[in-house]
Amino acid sequence: MRDVGIVSFAQTAVARDDRHNETEMLVPTIQAAIKQSGIAKDDLGFVCSGSLDYLQGGPFAFVSGLDAVGSWPPMRESHVEMDAAWALYEAWVGIQSGEFESALVYGFGKSSPGDLHEIMTLQTDPYYMVPLWPSMVDMAALQARAYLDASGKEESDLADVAARSQRNAKSNPYAIRSGDLDAKQVLAQPVTHDPLRDADIPPITDGTAAVVIAAGDLARSVCERPAWIRALDHRIEAHALGVRDLATSDSTTIAGERAGVHDGDIDVAELHAQFSHEELILAEALGLDGDTVINPSGGPLASNPVMSAGLIRMGEVARRIIAGEAQRGIAHATSGPCLQQNLVCVLEGN
Amino acid sequence: MADPLVMPHVLEYPGGYTRSVGPVIGRFLTGLRDGRIEAVKLADGRVLVPPTEYDPSTSAEVEAEGSHWIEVGPRGTVQTYTWVAEPRAGKHPLTKPFAFALIRPDGADTALLHVVDCQSADAIRIGLRVAPRWKNERTGHITDIEAFVPLGDGEEPEPPAVHPPAEDEQPVTGITVETRLEYRLTAGEATARYLEGLGQGKIIGGRAPDSSDVYAASRGTDPISGQATTVEVEVQSSGVVTTFCVVNIPGLSELAPEIPYVSAQILLDGANNTFFGLIRGVEVDDVHMGMRVKAKWADELKPDHTSILWWEPTGEPDEEYERYKDYL
Repeated sequence: MRDVGIVSFAQTAVARDDRHNETEMLVPTIQAAIKQSGIAKDDLGFVCSGSLDYLQGGPFAFVSGLDAVGSWPPMRESHVEMDAAWALYEAWVGIQSGEFESALVYGFGKSSPGDLHEIMTLQTDPYYMVPLWPSMVDMAALQARAYLDASGKEESDLADVAARSQRNAKSNPYAIRSGDLDAKQVLAQPVTHDPLRDADIPPITDGTAAVVIAAGDLARSVCERPAWIRALDHRIEAHALGVRDLATSDSTTIAGERAGVHDGDIDVAELHAQFSHEELILAEALGLDGDTVINPSGGPLASNPVMSAGLIRMGEVARRIIAGEAQRGIAHATSGPCLQQNLVCVLEGN
Repeated sequence: MADPLVMPHVLEYPGGYTRSVGPVIGRFLTGLRDGRIEAVKLADGRVLVPPTEYDPSTSAEVEAEGSHWIEVGPRGTVQTYTWVAEPRAGKHPLTKPFAFALIRPDGADTALLHVVDCQSADAIRIGLRVAPRWKNERTGHITDIEAFVPLGDGEEPEPPAVHPPAEDEQPVTGITVETRLEYRLTAGEATARYLEGLGQGKIIGGRAPDSSDVYAASRGTDPISGQATTVEVEVQSSGVVTTFCVVNIPGLSELAPEIPYVSAQILLDGANNTFFGLIRGVEVDDVHMGMRVKAKWADELKPDHTSILWWEPTGEPDEEYERYKDYL
């Protein structure tokens, strides 16, 4: 395996950006990530993005997104219709294979123009599920109830996660919501999607994120302390919700084991948990204990730019390693309803 | 005047999206049409409902015919649920508050998603016994079960109304699913400037501060450099046809009621990209590369594409190929 490290990270997030289209939102993010990387744009070996056409209701969002990179002379480029964490995976594999030495990876999406909760219905089975229109939050609530029932946990355990998320987010300038919230205040909120309350559900967010990754010597030459990607693994479960045990996440457990999550201390874990119960399920699946700080950024419950939120988990861990605040951490990304697919990444300092 | 910054947008497939369902899903849906819930026994003995063409654990093929097909339910048990206090009009199967639930029919080892029609959020729980309330008119669709309803101790499920088969009735092979998504799209700064310009009879482009390349209409960046096109530049509403296409299909454009007509790429004077427009005021056969054209503006200007009706010849001499060869 080649040494490959994250050398720069930039993001933006707001609740609703009425001034800019997706491409315009991307420009400053990409420029910041490239500038911070110390690698000239024309020297980047690969560009890979994650976006979702349904967010704007039009085709080929990624083609417009490329206008924020500047794609002349023609560049080596690819795209995933998934969170950009999977774009980073593709770029990482490319560097491992020796195809190139560096890559720009970015994700973007505005969730505010449409009804995100309905849009996400369309990723489910079109014969058995879409005609019934379970929303993204309805499906999460089914999993939350299954988890509470199987684990014996209470709604107050969900509230603890939701409240801590917003407290942690106080130091995150990209948080859509943050504050000195405690579990009691969360429990005082009305239940909107039994057993979930507003604070258990991620805020609608428009946002973008970009990272630059580079191989060994190049990474060392441009970054004093790259966040080395020691392992990446992702696993997927069955599409139908009714054939899975929603109270656990086997795919996360397997991905975590294969990535060697417990081969060292874990200072920090950024989990792509969009809902309170998802953090509990993921922490159990990964075997995280009280020694690991979970979602110090506040996580997706504080800021959830769809198609970037998974990549941001990697960026948030990498940022802390690059700054010397953490030595080893894990980043998790998910895709599909009810944690269907899960990616685990182990990042480490020198 | 509408705010040119924001545009309502609907993504919809008129009449619904038509899907072929294949023989396995088709058999299940045929069963629903006839008032039965059919399932398949997998190689490991688990009973899968609703059936898929593959074993979700091993991906082994599930055959559409054979003794592994069994009937399950109609009684079932709620595995997990959530309450929907505000049904989505035109989407959710019920118009009054209901529960979504994963329901395991008796005899099955997996659950199917459906709605439960019960009186209140307090009436739904894990372990609740339910049974289908069948629609009278069934077509072979997941919504042939209108809803599941709670079933009291010793209570018998309501049998489905008899489905009177047509003489030539065939197994279900397809479904239609209506999909409608509504948006409120933001033009973005550069496009908003361009649209506002159209409303004033001007074509506004933009360029990045460190480049002389002008884009009309810009979507906000110089696509070569990725820099934002923050400098506003007005370009001429005249230019040269770089390439064109004769359209013989009726009904594609409300601005071109008759066929054949010509659509063209036009390199505007003062711009470094091409602009799409319709060519009129000239015989179709006389349109050619290098022809000089100018915009025909509408009498009533609006901040949208209808302000330019079409493009027509200026009568000036043709441009040399050198002028536009880099824009083809």
